[in-house]
Amino acid sequence: MGIRTYWQQFRSDLGRRWVIGVPYGWLLLFFLVPLLIVLKISFSNVVLAMPPVEPILTWSHDQILQIRVNFSNYTFVLGDRLYLAAFVNSLRVAAISTLCTLLIGYPMAYGIARAPGAWRNVLFLLVALPFFTSFLLRVYAWIGLLSRSGPVNGLLIHLGLINEPVQFLQTDFAVYLGMVYSYLPFMVLPLYSAIEKLDLTLLEAAADLGCRPTKAFFAITLPLTREGIFAGCLLVFIPAVGEYVIPALLGGPDTLMIGRVVWDEFFANRDWPVASALAMVLLLVLSGFVLLLQKVQAQSEEAQ
Amino acid sequence: MKVRRSPFVLVMLVVGFAFLYLPILSMIVYSFNASRLVTVWDAAHSPTIIWYRELFANDQVLEAARLSLQIAAVSATGAVILGALAAFALVRYRRFRGRSLFGLLTTAPMVLPEVITGLSLLLLFVALGQWTGWPQARGASTITIAHVTFCLAYAVVVIQARLMTVDRSLEEAAMDLGARPWKVFVVITLPLILPAIASAWVLSFILSWDDIVITSFVSGPGSTTLPQLVFSKVRLGVSPDINALATILVGLVSVCVATAGGVMMRTERRRLHDAQTAMGAH
Repeated sequence: MGIRTYWQQFRSDLGRRWVIGVPYGWLLLFFLVPLLIVLKISFSNVVLAMPPVEPILTWSHDQILQIRVNFSNYTFVLGDRLYLAAFVNSLRVAAISTLCTLLIGYPMAYGIARAPGAWRNVLFLLVALPFFTSFLLRVYAWIGLLSRSGPVNGLLIHLGLINEPVQFLQTDFAVYLGMVYSYLPFMVLPLYSAIEKLDLTLLEAAADLGCRPTKAFFAITLPLTREGIFAGCLLVFIPAVGEYVIPALLGGPDTLMIGRVVWDEFFANRDWPVASALAMVLLLVLSGFVLLLQKVQAQSEEAQ
Repeated sequence: MKVRRSPFVLVMLVVGFAFLYLPILSMIVYSFNASRLVTVWDAAHSPTIIWYRELFANDQVLEAARLSLQIAAVSATGAVILGALAAFALVRYRRFRGRSLFGLLTTAPMVLPEVITGLSLLLLFVALGQWTGWPQARGASTITIAHVTFCLAYAVVVIQARLMTVDRSLEEAAMDLGARPWKVFVVITLPLILPAIASAWVLSFILSWDDIVITSFVSGPGSTTLPQLVFSKVRLGVSPDINALATILVGLVSVCVATAGGVMMRTERRRLHDAQTAMGAH
């Protein structure tokens, strides 16, 4: 091997090391290490100091490393009815919101995918546009719309459906509405790309063989767009479970959701160990869901 | 085959788009309302632009907007650089030590709830401050680091998808002709993945510009971003100048999206045209 090629080899190895090393190092330092710190703090005691936690690793005066791990935060979190209720409620709100976005999003995605060429692009952009406008401001819009003197109550009174304003804000209904509204584009976009890819000749064949359109939809279109359904549901469900902004702005004081509980434990109660333990439990629950979904998806692909 | 359009699908399209756009339209309409009670239309004095004037006279809002713009631009640039490197590593280096962990680390930030990302980064910054003396105080720099980290995952997905479609024989040809790896990347690969890099940058910019939860954890007393300011105002109830702010933002985004859409369609049409001419020449 000549000295020149040797030098080139060395340089390309060096380049490779940088290409891998820089993003790897960043993610280790700012993603993995922080999670390990959360794990560590979830095992420590709360103290009145800054930071308000007791170290688990300490050197006693005779230079012996002492490790104090306590599981009390976990037994506290798992034993408390309030936290359990928050977990159950978050999962329920996220599941129902996901189902509603799917029921609204699927026909929309279908309509867009089957629209004539030029319309399709315009409609696609119109679905994506709300995603690019501030999430916070779109949630805020509902505060005005749903208020007692707002247009929704005004319209319902005008139509004679109700006699006096209904309290929409600070209810679970408002939270569901906010969730479906905010996450609808995340459902429509993957569904659209799945439906658009569908081979139309299959439907043609079904029609030629005398299959009714409704039956063809359930027998062909729906199963073949399964991947889009999985992707859309995952994109809505996962962030919805940990959602903070929507329950904080539209929900009432009794709308318990885990994202909000973690936030309050941290900022209001300044109980870092309990907030960390809650975060760890939430992380476990969500990882479980992602793994389960991947397994279901893999099985259904195999079955095909 | 003539696609049958069922009335149900048409109705759902209309209802769905009305659902998506009526709240945004309501903010635009009420931003011209003279009444301080946002939802009561003051027909005698409306439409008016007093809330826009108030907004532009508010130094707090302008300063927050400037800070948010700066953080979003820096974070998007950082996320795209790191994201391009990570995507390159994942697509081109099929095996290296710790590759599966690397793959996990690049996608996991997308599914991690924001409260956990925010909490964990704050705890990191507190611990770093104790061990190394940096950061002394949290502010724009810690917010930027946090934003780069969560935007990075999205940038990787976008750039990786494009990089996988790049024809390797072009790069190999350049190598055979004696170009150095770095030069091959700049002259061949980069132009090919440029559209993905641009979309990754825009996506990261929007995510950073919009973020409230993670920012609230890692920001300090001296640094308030626009979403933080809006959030603290909104928690106290509706406020008409927020409607004006929303209208301006919606207007800006619409112009950008319409331009991007127009450019996209035109290049598509030109490509189609070029392809047809090329076919005709044969």
